Amino acid sequence: MTSLSLDIAHSLPEIVLAIGALSLLMLGAFGAGKRDWIITEAAIVVLGIAFLSMFYPIADKALVWDQAFIDDNFARFMKTLVLLGSMTTLILSREYMARHDIDLFEFPVLVLLATLGMCMLVSAQSLIALYLGLELMSLALYVIAAFHRDDVRASEAGLKYFVLGALSSGMLLYGSSLIYGYAGTVSFTGIAAALQGDVSIGVIFGLVFVLAGLAFKMSIVPFHMWTPDVYEGAPTPVTTFFATAAKVAAVAITVRIIITAFPGVKPQWQQIIVFVSILSMALGAFGAIGQTNIKRLMAYSSIGHMGFALVGLSTGTEQGVAGVMIYMAIYVLMSLGAFAAILSMRIGDRYVENIGDLAGLARTNGFMAFVIAMMMFSLAGIPPLAGFFAKWYVFLAAINGGLYGLAVIGMLASTVAAFYYLRVVKIMYFDEPARPFDRVNWEVTAVMAVMGLIVVLFAIFPGPFVAASAQAAAKSLF
Amino acid sequence: MIELNHYLTVAALLFTIGICGIILNRKNIIIILMSVELILLAVNINLVAFSSFLGDLTGQVFSLFILTVAAAEAAIGLAILVTYFRNRGSIAVEDINMMKG
Repeated sequence: MTSLSLDIAHSLPEIVLAIGALSLLMLGAFGAGKRDWIITEAAIVVLGIAFLSMFYPIADKALVWDQAFIDDNFARFMKTLVLLGSMTTLILSREYMARHDIDLFEFPVLVLLATLGMCMLVSAQSLIALYLGLELMSLALYVIAAFHRDDVRASEAGLKYFVLGALSSGMLLYGSSLIYGYAGTVSFTGIAAALQGDVSIGVIFGLVFVLAGLAFKMSIVPFHMWTPDVYEGAPTPVTTFFATAAKVAAVAITVRIIITAFPGVKPQWQQIIVFVSILSMALGAFGAIGQTNIKRLMAYSSIGHMGFALVGLSTGTEQGVAGVMIYMAIYVLMSLGAFAAILSMRIGDRYVENIGDLAGLARTNGFMAFVIAMMMFSLAGIPPLAGFFAKWYVFLAAINGGLYGLAVIGMLASTVAAFYYLRVVKIMYFDEPARPFDRVNWEVTAVMAVMGLIVVLFAIFPGPFVAASAQAAAKSLF
Repeated sequence: MIELNHYLTVAALLFTIGICGIILNRKNIIIILMSVELILLAVNINLVAFSSFLGDLTGQVFSLFILTVAAAEAAIGLAILVTYFRNRGSIAVEDINMMKG
C-alpha cells in the first residue's frame, strides 16, 4: 500500500462523514425544498456507513497524516460512542423538529459536520489536529444550539454557548502555544519525550490552560456555568447531542492528551483532575436539588457524571482509563434513554419540561414511567442497573490507585445525588396524575425501550462485552 | 535587542486584556467578540515568536490555521448575535437573562 492510500484507509470514517455531509448539503441546497426529511434519513445512513467503515481490516494501530492522526482501539471505541450518540439524536429529532417547524435540512448536515469534528478530535495526535477537530465540532454546535431561531431562549442559549466556547478555545490555544514554545513540538509523543527530565514551568502553565479549555467542553466545575442554560434553552434533540456525543469527544481527547503527552508531569495534572473532579461531583449533587425543569436537572446530573468519569482518569493507570471508557459508554446509553423519555413529554403540540408534569405518570403511561424510573435508578447508581457498574469500575480504579479520599467523596456525592433522582420516581408513582401525555411516534418509543432494556439487563448482555473491549482498548494508550 | 521574553510579555498582556474584556464588560456583546479576536491574536504573536526563536515552521503553520478558524468563528458569532437581536431587540450583556444561571 502506498502511504496516501494507507492514510485514507485509516481515516475512512472521517472521509465518509466529510463527503456525506457535503453531498447532503448540495442535495439540500439544490434539491427539492419539500423533501428535507429525506436528508435526515440519508444522514443516519451516512453515520451507519461511517461506523461500518471503522472495521475495514488494516493494522490495529497506525499514525497517519504526517503523525497528526492516530487510529487505534481507543479511538475506535470512542468513535463508536460518538456515532451512536449522533445517530440516535437524528432519529429522536425528527418529530420534535417537525412540530416546531424547524425540520430544515441544515440540521442533519450540521450534526454530520459536528460528528466529523468529534471523530477528528478523538483521533488527534498533535495540538493542531486537536484545535481543528475541536473547532469543527464547536462551530457546528454553536449553530445548532441556536437552531430554533424564532425562539428567544434558543438564541440566548446559542449566544451564551458561543461566548463561553470562544473564550475556552482561546484559553486552549494560549496553552497550546506555551506548550509548543517550551516543548518545541506540537505532537503528543514529542511533548512526552520533551518532558523527560526537568520540566519547565512554561509547560505546566500551558497544561493548565489546555485543561481549562477542555474542561469547558466537558462542563467540569469551575467551567460549567453554560451547561444548565444551554441545556434548557437549546431544542431538546440538540441537548441530547450535547449530552452524549459532544461529551464523549471532549472526555476522549482529555484522556488521550493527558495519558500520551503528559505522563512526565503526573503529580501536577493529578492534583488538578482530583480537585475539579471533587468539585464537579459536589456541584452535580447539590445543584440539581432545587431544579424544577427536567432539562436543567439533566444538566446538573451531567456535570456530576463528568466528575465521576474523571475519578478514573485521575489515577492515570490503564485500569482507570478503562473505567472512564466504560463510564462514558454507560453514560451515553443512560442519557439517550432519559432524553428519549423527555422527548415523549408532549401535550398536544407543546413539549413540556417541568418535573411536575410527570406527576402520576405510572397510572397514565406505565411503560414510560417504568423506563424513566429505571433511567433514574441507573443514573443514581443503584445495582444491578448499568449505572452501578459505571461507578464500580471508576471507584475500583481509584482504590487500586490509592486515591481513597476521592473514592469516599465520590460515594458521598452519589448518595446525595440519589435524592433528586428518587424524587422524580416518587413524583411519577405516588403523586396525583397531571394531564396525560399524547402518544409519540414509534421511533422515540423504540429508542426508549431499547435503552431501557440495555440499562436493566446490562450485567448480562452488553456489560461483559463493553468491559472487555474497553479494557483491550485502554491498552492502546500505554 | 528584542528578545523572546518581550514578545511573550506583549502576548500575555493582550491575552489578559482580552479575558478582562469578556469578564468585566457589562455593555455590549460586540465588545466580547472584539475581545475574543484579541485573545486569538495574542496567541498568534506567541506562536510566531516561538516559531522564529525555535527555528521551526510549525508555529507559523499553526497561526495560519488559527487565523482561518477565527474568521469562521467571528462569522458564526455575528450570525447568532443577529438572531438574538431579532428576537430580543437588544444586545446589551445585562439583558441576556431569560434563563437564570
